[in-house]
Amino acid sequence: MKFNRRVFVGAGVVAAASLTAPSVMGAARPRVVIVGGGAGGATAARYIAKDSKGAIDVVLIEPSRTYYTCFFSNLVLGGVRDFGSIGHTYGKLASEYGVNVVHDWAIGVDRDAKTVTTAGGDAISYDRLILSPGIDFRDGAVKGWDVTSQNKMPHAYKAGSQTQLLKAQIDAMPQGGTYAMVAPPNPFRCPPGPYERISMVAHTLKMHNPTAKILIIDPKPKFSKQGLFTDGWDRHYDGMIDLIGPEFGGKDPVVDPDAMTVTIDGEVTKVDVCNVIPAMKAGKIADIAGVTNDKGWAPVNAHDMSSKMYENVHILGDSSQQGDMPKSGFSANSQAKVCANAVRGALTGSKVFPAKFSNTCWSLIETDDGIKVGASYEATDEKIKKTSGFISKNGEDAGTRKATYEESVGWYNGITADMFG
Amino acid sequence: MKKLAFAAIALTFSSAAVADHAGAPTKGERVFRKCRSCHEVGEDAKYKVGPALNNLMGQQAGVLSGDKASKALKRAGELGMKWDLKTLEIFLRKPKALIPKTKMKFSGLKKHEDRANLIAYFQNLGAGEKPVKKDPTLSDAVLALVGDVEYGEYLASGCTTCHQADGSDQGLPSITGWPAPIFATAMHAYKTKDRENSVMQQQAGALDNEEIAALAAYFAGVTK
Ligand SMILES: Cc1cc2nc3c(=O)[nH]c(=O)nc-3n(C[C@H](O)[C@H](O)[C@H](O)COP(=O)(O)OP(=O)(O)OC[C@H]3O[C@@H](n4cnc5c(N)ncnc54)[C@H](O)[C@@H]3O)c2cc1C
Repeated sequence: MKFNRRVFVGAGVVAAASLTAPSVMGAARPRVVIVGGGAGGATAARYIAKDSKGAIDVVLIEPSRTYYTCFFSNLVLGGVRDFGSIGHTYGKLASEYGVNVVHDWAIGVDRDAKTVTTAGGDAISYDRLILSPGIDFRDGAVKGWDVTSQNKMPHAYKAGSQTQLLKAQIDAMPQGGTYAMVAPPNPFRCPPGPYERISMVAHTLKMHNPTAKILIIDPKPKFSKQGLFTDGWDRHYDGMIDLIGPEFGGKDPVVDPDAMTVTIDGEVTKVDVCNVIPAMKAGKIADIAGVTNDKGWAPVNAHDMSSKMYENVHILGDSSQQGDMPKSGFSANSQAKVCANAVRGALTGSKVFPAKFSNTCWSLIETDDGIKVGASYEATDEKIKKTSGFISKNGEDAGTRKATYEESVGWYNGITADMFG
Repeated sequence: MKKLAFAAIALTFSSAAVADHAGAPTKGERVFRKCRSCHEVGEDAKYKVGPALNNLMGQQAGVLSGDKASKALKRAGELGMKWDLKTLEIFLRKPKALIPKTKMKFSGLKKHEDRANLIAYFQNLGAGEKPVKKDPTLSDAVLALVGDVEYGEYLASGCTTCHQADGSDQGLPSITGWPAPIFATAMHAYKTKDRENSVMQQQAGALDNEEIAALAAYFAGVTK
C-alpha cells in the first residue's frame, strides 16, 4: 500500500514512544478523560471507544443526563420543532461503546499528577485529557445583566431550560409587544445563531402576534450571512425587525431586568422579552486547567487539537482558539474526529492520518426557506486554515431553499447519531 | 454524452477481490433484449408480463406494476424500498435474493458488467437518480486507483456528520454499499460540479483522487 505525499506518523515510532507512558508499562489500559459531552466531547468519546475497540478506557464527565442541542433550538423557539426532539441521552455511549459516563462536574485539573477532580469528590487519572466544555459568559459583558437575571432576561444560548423559558416568554408576549435581543460581540458560538433566532421569533410572532416588534441591539457592524438574512426578513417579515448597530448605541446597551427596560444611547425602551446573549469565553474548566490565554480561549495546535500550553491536554469546539473555523457544532464534531484519531494513535500506535476539517451551518429564515454556508479547512503549523468555501445566494428559487432546509434535517439526524450512536 | 463513461476496468480490493464495472447505456440497451419478452420501454410502453420500465429509477418498489404487483414487492415498497443503484444491483444479480417471493421469473444477470450497463440504460431512460448534467469521464489511471480502506474509514467520518453510518436514509441519501466505481464517479461529478449540491461539491472538492478511491473502497464494504 502506498501513500503519495502523505506523511503518516509511523506506527512503530508511536508505539516506541508510548512505551514510556506509565499506563502502558503497567497492566492498565491507557485512559482518556473527556470533559463535556456535547458536540465535541460526545463525538470524541464515541470515536475513541469505537475505533480503539476496547484498547482505551474512555471516561466522559458530563453533568447533564440529557443533552439538549443548541442546534435546532431556534426552531423550537419558532414552533417548527418540539422541545423533546432536541434532547439526547448518553445510554448508547455506555451500552454500545463502553464509554464510562460520569454524570458530574469537573472542577479541577492537576496537570502534574494527571488527574481530574469532580464536584462529587472523585479524582480520575488520565493519560490524555480532552476538554470540550463549550462556552461561558464574560462577567459584566452587558451592563445590568448577570447570571442571576437569566430568568427575567434569558440568554437561551445554552439549550435546555433556558430554551423553554424564552419560548414561554415569547408565546406570552402581549399583542403588539416588543422582543429585544442584545446580540454578542465576536467571537461567539454559532455566528448565524442570533439571526436565525430572530427569523424564528419573527416566524412565530407573524402567526400569533403580527403587530409585535423585534429589536436587535448589535455591537457588530456586520454579521454572518447578513445579506441573506436581511433579504429574507424583507420578504417574510417586512417592517417587523429593527436593527440597531454599533453606530447608534448597539455597542453598550444597559439592561434593567426588574424594570424590563433597555437603555440605548441614553434612551430608555420598555420591552416585553429581553434575550441577552452576553460576550463569551471558553468554558470555565479550561481556565481552571490553565490552558486559556488572556483573551479567554484555549489556543490549540491544528494537527491534533492539542493545547499550545500544556502536554497531554486537547481542547475541542467552542472553547478552542484554532484559527479559521467558526464555533459550531459541525466544527466541534469535525475537530473531535481529528483529535480522536491522533489521541488513539499516540496511545495505541494506530495509524494517524492527516487532519481534515469541514463545516456547514444551515439556518432557517422561514418555513422551507433555508440557507447555508460552508467551508473546508486544513491544518497548518500556525492554525486551522480555510481552503475554500461556499454560501447560498439571494434569489435562489423556492425549491432550492426548501431542499436546503430538508438537507439540514438530514444533517441534524446525522450529527446526533455521530455523537450519541 | 454517455452517462457513466467507464471503460470496463477491473478494480481489485484488498478484502474480497471483487471485480467491478460501471455501465454504459448503449451496452445496456443490448442487455435489455433479455428483458423485452416481459417488459417494454418507450413512449407507448405498457404492462406486458411485467411493468413498463420507463421511470424505474427512484421509483418505490411495486408502484409501476400497480395492482398487478406481487404482495412481496408491494410490501418491500411500503417498507421503503426504492429502485436505485444498490437495490437494482442486487435484484438484477438474483431477483430472489432480494425479494424471495417475487413473481419475476428471471434467474438474473451473472456478469456485473451486464448489470451495470443495464442500470446505466435505465438511468438514461427515466428521471434518473438526481439531476446530473453529465458525469465526468474518469481517466483509466483514476479508475485503476486502489483505495486504502483504512484511510477511507477515517475519511468516512467526515461523511457521517450528515449521512447515517448504518446506511439508513434519514433525510439524506444512503451512501453505504455502493459499488466502488459508481461511488467514485458520483464524487468526481460533485468535484467537477457536474452534480449539483454545494455541500457535496465542497466536500468532494477537498478530496484528491486517492482519497475518493479510499472512500469508495471503504463504503463499498459497508453492508447492513
Ligand atoms: C441558538 C444556537 C443555535 C446553534 N445552531 C447551530 C447549528 O445550526 N449548527 C451548528 O453546527 N452549530 C450550532 N450552534 C453551535 C453549537 O451548539 C456549538 O458550537 C457546539 O455545541 C459546541 O460544541 P462543544 O463541544 O464545544 O460545546 P457544547 O456542545 O456546549 O458541550 C459542552 C458540554 O460540556 C459540559 N460541561 C461544561 N463544563 C463542564 C465541566 N466543568 N464538567 C463537565 N462537563 C462540563 C456541558 O454540560 C455541555 O454538555 C448553535 C448554538 C446556539 C446557541
